Order: sequence, then C-alpha cells, then structure tokens
Amino acid sequence: MTASMTYREAVRSGLREALRKDERVFLMGEDVGRYGGAFACSHGLLKEFGPERIRDTPLSESTFVGAGIGAALGGMRPIVEVMTINFSLLALDQIVNNAATLRHMSGGQVSVPLVVRMATGAGRQLAAQHSHSFEAWYAHIPGLTVLAPATNQDARGMLLAALDEPDPVIIFEHTMLYPQPGEVDQEAPTADIRRAAVRREGTDLTLITYSGSLVKALAAAEELARLGIESEVIDLRVLRPLDTETVLASVSKTHRAVIVDEGWRSGSLAAELSARIMEQAFYELDAPVARVCSAEVPIPYSKHMEDAALPQVSTIVQVGRELCAKNE
Amino acid sequence: MADEKKSDLSALSQQRALALLGQMLLIRRFEEKAAELYSLGKIHGFLHLYIGEEAVAVGAMQALSSDDEIVSTYREHGHAIARGSTPASVMAEMYGKANGLSRGRGGSMHLFDVGRRFYGGNAIVAGGLPVAVGLALANKLQGRKRVTACFFGDGAVDEGEFHESLNMAALWKLPVLFLCENNLYAMGTGLERHQSQTDIQAKSRAYSMNGEAVDGMDVLAVEAAVTRAIETIRGGAGPFLLEARTYRYRAHSMYDPELYRDKSEVEQWKKRCPIETFAAKLRKAGLLADDDWKELQSSVAAQIAQAIAAAEAGPWEPVEDLLKDVHTPATKSAQSNSAADAPDEPIANQAQPSPLVKR
Repeated sequence: MTASMTYREAVRSGLREALRKDERVFLMGEDVGRYGGAFACSHGLLKEFGPERIRDTPLSESTFVGAGIGAALGGMRPIVEVMTINFSLLALDQIVNNAATLRHMSGGQVSVPLVVRMATGAGRQLAAQHSHSFEAWYAHIPGLTVLAPATNQDARGMLLAALDEPDPVIIFEHTMLYPQPGEVDQEAPTADIRRAAVRREGTDLTLITYSGSLVKALAAAEELARLGIESEVIDLRVLRPLDTETVLASVSKTHRAVIVDEGWRSGSLAAELSARIMEQAFYELDAPVARVCSAEVPIPYSKHMEDAALPQVSTIVQVGRELCAKNE
Repeated sequence: MADEKKSDLSALSQQRALALLGQMLLIRRFEEKAAELYSLGKIHGFLHLYIGEEAVAVGAMQALSSDDEIVSTYREHGHAIARGSTPASVMAEMYGKANGLSRGRGGSMHLFDVGRRFYGGNAIVAGGLPVAVGLALANKLQGRKRVTACFFGDGAVDEGEFHESLNMAALWKLPVLFLCENNLYAMGTGLERHQSQTDIQAKSRAYSMNGEAVDGMDVLAVEAAVTRAIETIRGGAGPFLLEARTYRYRAHSMYDPELYRDKSEVEQWKKRCPIETFAAKLRKAGLLADDDWKELQSSVAAQIAQAIAAAEAGPWEPVEDLLKDVHTPATKSAQSNSAADAPDEPIANQAQPSPLVKR
C-alpha cells in the first residue's frame, strides 16, 4: 500500500518494520530515544520499543560504533545512528580498522552485520563542522557496502535491505532530504542495494549523481530539456560497490557525461567514476567527462557563500550545455 | 593487591600446580623460539613478545569459562595459548600459513580463534575495548551469562576509547572484565611519562566501577583476583577494572635499542620472573620434584617442535583467494556468527586435563 510520507518518515517506517520483524535489531546512538533523533527519524520509537532497543548513548562515537561491532559479533543486528557525517570521523577507526576488516583479517571467522546510518551534506547553514560529504572516504574501504538513498522509497527499502546483509553497511541520509515529500509503498520488498537507478531517460547527455544532488540533477535535466537537450539521470544509490555497468550503458548511449557530486572534486567519487568511464568507455565519448563538485573550501555559514560552494542547478545546466555544444 | 590467603598454595593440587607452571613455561619457550625463528626469517612483520607477563594470561584464563569471551591485543600469543589455541595454529599463523589461526592473514598481531570465543588480537591500541563493550551488550540483551574479558595495556589507558568504554559499560552495567596488563611502558614511554594518575585501577572510581590491582607476576594471585572480579560481574555488579602489574622483559617488538629504560630495571624485574618464582614456591611446598620439572621441559619442547613442524609443513593460502572473505559469501546465512550462537562446548583452556601432566 502506498502512502504519502516524508523521507524522515520513510526512514522511521523502515526502522519500525525492522524492529518489529527481528528482535535482534536495536537502534543505538546519540539522542535517538527521548529526544526522538536529532533529525526526528526515531521519533516515537522509544515508546513503542522501549529503552533497551531504542538506546540513547553517551557522546562517544568511537565507542558506540565499536559497541555496535561487538554486538553484531555477538549475534545482534544493531543499527547505529551517528548524528552527522562530520562526527563520524570520531568513529572512523572502528569502522575501518574493525568493522570493514575483521572478516578478512580473521580468515573468514566472523561477520559484522552492522548498519550505520548518518546524516550528510550541506544546505542548512550549519557551517564547516556539520555540512560535509565524506561519502567517498567510506566508499574507498573494502569490506563496506555504502548506500545513499535519494528517494523516500529507497530511504525505507535500503535500510531494510542493509539489515539483510551479513557485513557492515553505511547509509548516508542527506539532511536536505529529510522533509522531502513522496510516495512510499510500505509493502514493497526491500530495495535493491546492488544497482544504480535511471531516474530519467535521455539521449543526449548522462547526468550521474547521488544523494541530495539527485533533485538538482533532475531539475537541471528539465531545464536542459527546454533547451533541447535530453538528459539521462542516473542515481548511483550504491556508492560501494559502484554499479559501473549502468553508468557505462548510459554513457555508451548518450556519449556525454556530467558527474554531479557534493563532495570536493579532489579524490572524489566523481574522480573515480570519471576514471572508470575513461578506462572502459573512452571511445564512446564525444566530449571529456565533466564534473560539478563542491568548491574546495570548508562549507561556510552565510547562505550566499554556502550556495556558492555547492553544486547548483544553474551550474549543472551550464556545464551540460557547454558539453553538448562541443564536438556537435 | 590480591588477597594473599586465596593465592597461597594450600588449596592447590599438584596436578593443577604443574598445569599452571607448564602453561607459563610453554608460552615462554614458544616465544623464545618465535624470536629465533624471526631472526631466521621464518616470521616477519611485528612480533611483540609477552615474555615476563605469562602469569597474567595463564592466571586469568583459569578463572574464565569456555562460555566467556576474550578480546585481546597485539601482544596476544600468550592469551591465545592459555585460552587453548594450539601452539601449532599460533605458530602457523606467524609463518603466514593457511593452517594458521587466521589463515595467515593476520600474523602475530591478529590471532582469531572464534571457536574458543577468542575475538582477536587487535593492533589498534584500545581498539578492542568498544568491541568488548558491544559483545557484553549482546550478552545482556540476549540474557546470556557470559562475561567478556578484555585485555589491554597501560598505553590503552591514554586513549579516549578506554574512558568511553569504561563509562558506557558502567552506565549500562555490562558484564565486562577490563583487564589492564600494566607493563609500565606504552611502547617506549614510561607510565609516569604518559599518565597523570599512574594508579590505573583508581580510574575505575571515576566511572563508579569496581577496580583493583593485582601482582601480575604471581599466577595464583591473578587467578584469585580474576575469579573474584568475575564473581562480582556475574553477580550483576557491572564491569570491573583489574590492573595486573607486570613487566615485559623483551623489546616492544622484536628489536629496539631499549633507550627508554635501564638494564638494571629489567634485571630487578627478572628476579620476579613469574615462572621461576612459582617453580621455587612449588619446590618448597613439595609440589615440584626435579623429575616433574624435567618432564615439563621435555613436554613443552615436544609441543614446540610439533608446532614448528606443523607451521613448516603448512600450505600457503592460494593467491586466487586474495579477495575471499572481504565480504561474507552469499551462501553463508546472514544470521550467522556461528561461535556466538553455537551451543557451549568445552575447550582446552582449563588447567585440569593438561597433556603436560601424566600422573
């Protein structure tokens, strides 16, 4: 049955279903209980599931993520919420050195079925310690699966799919998406967490993006269409492992690609995708791959400066036009 | 310090006495041999020797049941062997062979024996403490009576995760034994140069947690102290911080010039050698005859020879398996952490039925 709900409510719907269907599942993190979650994703769950399963933690990111790893080793299915991606750097040691590593390093003796959710991205004037996009760092790590749901259906379905994984999964929820309205089929099976999705079909240009930039890419595609350029929009959805096949199929059709990535350009996911397109579809290209990324500055507070630092619809349109004007 | 009455010899059978001595001796000789093999190029990477600290692992493991869980450090050969991992599987791991505990992927610092609930040597200082907290949380949530014993050194006390983990475990009354092996050096930095409060067990008070120090050179004292700590934990009093005061005789890893301590200090501590002092006590009490000692020596030598033979003969993991187990194979059930869920089975860490003791 399809229902209207925000992205935040879709996350909550996924959490509630997971908690109902598997008693090993519990949610742990800063202010997930009484406060209802910093972004209100877990609002009301404490009342329904109690403090053992909706577990407020001390402000100890490294240790509550590490405790999630230990609980996963002990047969539980923990969902750990880290309030923001910037704070997750305090837990990077546990995620990289333990969660992602233990299975291989132990010769396959253990699995770490841990789900870590965190808010990412800029746009709310939260300045340089709450607004960054480090998804590429996590996508760099073997042993992790990295998800970036951009639609409300995916916000719910990818969480449920992540809980079926035997290994650690990191889920990035863009803060600008939480109030996004949408339709969610709550009886749909869990979402696919292997493949990218083509969100708009087109013939002239491929816009490749993920997370909070999807809405910008779709808006840019509409504007480009008015200019006679039909864009195909790919929502990566899964940042590790990257679904190169879907990207290459589209680029082989349109022969032009713009990658829209809220991360900084240097060492970005956009860089990785660009390299893969060059390696595997070089002769399909009619123009060099273009990238629209965040300016290489700590994200500033002032609205006009924050806007200037981030990928914008107008920039995507401009880059798309230029690309299509070349080598006509 | 430990209650002397409980760590005396009066209640000790000769069989148990020889088993404790034999385990310490096995660990000592095993590591001496490992050091030789390192020099011969058979073992590579880092090799952190436990020599001098054997009483802590052997004493502590006596007090833990096969059901309990262990999280360890990168100086963990002694922990693994005292837990019951075979010397052959530990040696093969150091050789990097596929018959090693971790299939040769971890080496000296990453011995995993999950069948014995030994959750690994962790080479990030304090990195195991949060994991131990989580294992204990899982036990609490599932109503299991297991205790998670987490070994770490005095260097780990410098890390934020030590304080975070003690706080969280105490806040949630989790069944964790935090067992600090204070060997007075964080690599080359002496305790008084890295801690403002050098009485480590005193830090337990800051977290409303039980804490105590024990002579880590005395195997019976360690056993008694860990037994008491485990009793309080199982009684529902929450976690316990036990500081075992001990000393490392060798370099931090295989070689270092030891510029950070005086040779005389090492010599002083060697007078308190956990093996020699325990053997002397047993002789005095009439529990260790010359023949017993010889028999222990030859039994240990045979086990080590067998371990080396197994390591030498072991296969290398095929290079085609390089990427295997980055992720769990799809065929493996998502539910499984088999050791966590497995029915309890006896393991070989308890001192009584030791192959070292014939009579």
